[in-house]
Amino acid sequence: MRVESFNYSHDNSHKWGMVIDLDRCNGCGACVMACQAENNVPVVGEDVARQKRTMAWLRVERYFEGEWPNLRVVFLPMPCQHCANAPCESVCPVFATYHNPEGLNAQVYNRCIGVRFCGNNCPYGVRKFNWFDYKLEQPLEQQLNPDVTVRQRGIMEKCTFCMQRIRRGKDHAKDEGRSVMDGEVTPACAQTCPTNAIVFGDLNDPKSRVAALAASKRRFRLFEDLGTEPSVIYLKGGA
Amino acid sequence: MPIPMDEKDNCGKLPSFEELRELAARKNIQAGADIDLNMPEGWLNQYSLSPMFFTTRAYFIFTIAAGMVVAWAIALWGYQIVKGMGVTGLRHPIFWGIYIASFVFWVGLSHSGTIVSSLLRLTRAHWRRPILRGAEAMTVFALMVAALFPLIHMGRVWRAYYMFPLFSQRELWPNFKSPLVWDMMAISVYLVSSVTFLYVGLLPDIALARDMCPQFDWRKKYLTVLALGWRGSHRQWMAHERASTLLAVFILLIAPSVHTIVSWDFAMSITPGWHTTIFGPYFVVGAIYSGVAGVIALMILFRWIFKLDEIIRLVHIRNLAKLELAMAIIWSYFYFVEFITTWYGHKPAEWRIWEYQWERFPHLMVIMLGGTAVAIAALSFNRVRNSPLWLFIITMLINVGMYIERYLILVPVLTHRDNPYMWTDYLPSIVEKSIVAGSFAFFFLLYAVFSKLLPVVTVADIREGKFISGDLRIGNTYVRVHADAEEQS
Repeated sequence: MRVESFNYSHDNSHKWGMVIDLDRCNGCGACVMACQAENNVPVVGEDVARQKRTMAWLRVERYFEGEWPNLRVVFLPMPCQHCANAPCESVCPVFATYHNPEGLNAQVYNRCIGVRFCGNNCPYGVRKFNWFDYKLEQPLEQQLNPDVTVRQRGIMEKCTFCMQRIRRGKDHAKDEGRSVMDGEVTPACAQTCPTNAIVFGDLNDPKSRVAALAASKRRFRLFEDLGTEPSVIYLKGGA
Repeated sequence: MPIPMDEKDNCGKLPSFEELRELAARKNIQAGADIDLNMPEGWLNQYSLSPMFFTTRAYFIFTIAAGMVVAWAIALWGYQIVKGMGVTGLRHPIFWGIYIASFVFWVGLSHSGTIVSSLLRLTRAHWRRPILRGAEAMTVFALMVAALFPLIHMGRVWRAYYMFPLFSQRELWPNFKSPLVWDMMAISVYLVSSVTFLYVGLLPDIALARDMCPQFDWRKKYLTVLALGWRGSHRQWMAHERASTLLAVFILLIAPSVHTIVSWDFAMSITPGWHTTIFGPYFVVGAIYSGVAGVIALMILFRWIFKLDEIIRLVHIRNLAKLELAMAIIWSYFYFVEFITTWYGHKPAEWRIWEYQWERFPHLMVIMLGGTAVAIAALSFNRVRNSPLWLFIITMLINVGMYIERYLILVPVLTHRDNPYMWTDYLPSIVEKSIVAGSFAFFFLLYAVFSKLLPVVTVADIREGKFISGDLRIGNTYVRVHADAEEQS
């Protein structure tokens, strides 16, 4: 795999990561909506949603602690974890999913043939399959984001950390002859989060907000025992 | 061993099937004995080739029914391609369903044919001769059906060629790290070598059919081409013998590796319940277990549909049943080992799957495990091993159980993965069930067409056995003895 041959990025020193503060998350679901709008994720309708075939790339998992009436609800936003050792990548027979040099777990939609092994091997269950074609009614298709591919039926798709925004940020930086600054790139979910629970940035930049938060004592990652090394770091147990 | 000249006289005048049956009845061979050594050459030839030239009513009913089911399944596959994979019962995160379970089942079923055939050839088990062709053809057809399932299962089947290592402008090869690519290669190698093995075995019989075919019969043309100019010369027989033995060794080596790789589709993932080292041997044993049951059931069907009970005798089925008994015990042992290590370790994610199996599918667990227990108990009795009807019922029960085993390997694991938030349920849809039913019909259809186009009985092998065997009297009983050309020299 020679991803460099695209010669797109002038520096590959980034390692994009996300910190999600569970103590701040109130489960409003704005991130899910933002993701859906930004990434042209189809709205599947009630019936298909009931069949557990929603296409949302980001979901908010709900867990209950304790017994009624002493009940506490915990929300856990679950985007793609962009694992450093991603189990989905090695099993794909056609290189539709691969690791890019910036730590992103990328998905090439047009390469995917839909054998769905990646979805089986993802312990987080964040990979979504296009079970049907979803057509938008006129004139709703006008709201589609022109920066993001509209996916065909029969392929896998998933959270990209808003790859298009990362590229735009890097383009700007390149035009001005500098590196990407902290906070310059923000995925839709982080931008929309009303409580600022989601922070995105470059983990390789020691001065970035995400790197500082990632060093927190409250940090943990999901299923760390599996050795997948996710790029999404959760914070919990403070307040 | 050259074909004797007396066959030439038979050209163009085949006796009716009833005449053949009468001849057989007059011979009044003791039930349970091996093939009668004194049967005349011409009779053996014609009787063995009779499925090609005489069609029974059961055959017609069988073939038309199978064809209708296949047509229905093809229509539904088209519907699935046009509409999307949503017409199946699959959902997030159950990405593999009964299509993959069927794939594993058919690959498993394909295993025994050539393994049994080559193993028996190499160990010079002389009773093997009448069952060779049926077993080898079973491998080829089961593998053809199996190879369809990954395609049926694919989200974009029209892009299936991305799996092949073709040159493209993207300079992109398939991902050789993926078990699915290994799987595709293993299946292709196995299919090619099984077809070769079947064809090499067929050669002398094709030549025989060519010679016995009436002059203007439509089969004459392709039989002449397929026979590759076989004349039965000494040199040809020597080459044939060498090729058969070499292929038998080769297939015996690759067959276990093929099913190990199929098991790695699961075992190489990090999914709890799949990620276990025993899967390789466990799948191989399971494959032979269900495959031998398949061979037995097919042989019994053969006797019934093509009325070949003079050639496929009880002794052959009985010997296969003994092999099946051994496989049933080995399979149970492997199942026990897989269970006991999970139970003892009691890792929550893995143990939950076993619990869930019993909660959700107690009936399936009972059929699978109970079926094997019944098979072990029943096959221990000579009376059962001598009864085609009982053997048919038991081998069918075994194969139902083995299909369930594949289902239980897939579904409870995928519905209960690491993340409890995604736990859900899966039920196959009517489309999936129809296509799986269609695969069974397709298998029988392939077999039925094959039996009309090419000889389904290994005439040459039987005659070789006849040539080198004799009945030796020891005390009050006669024992079949075989002179082995190689051992004598």
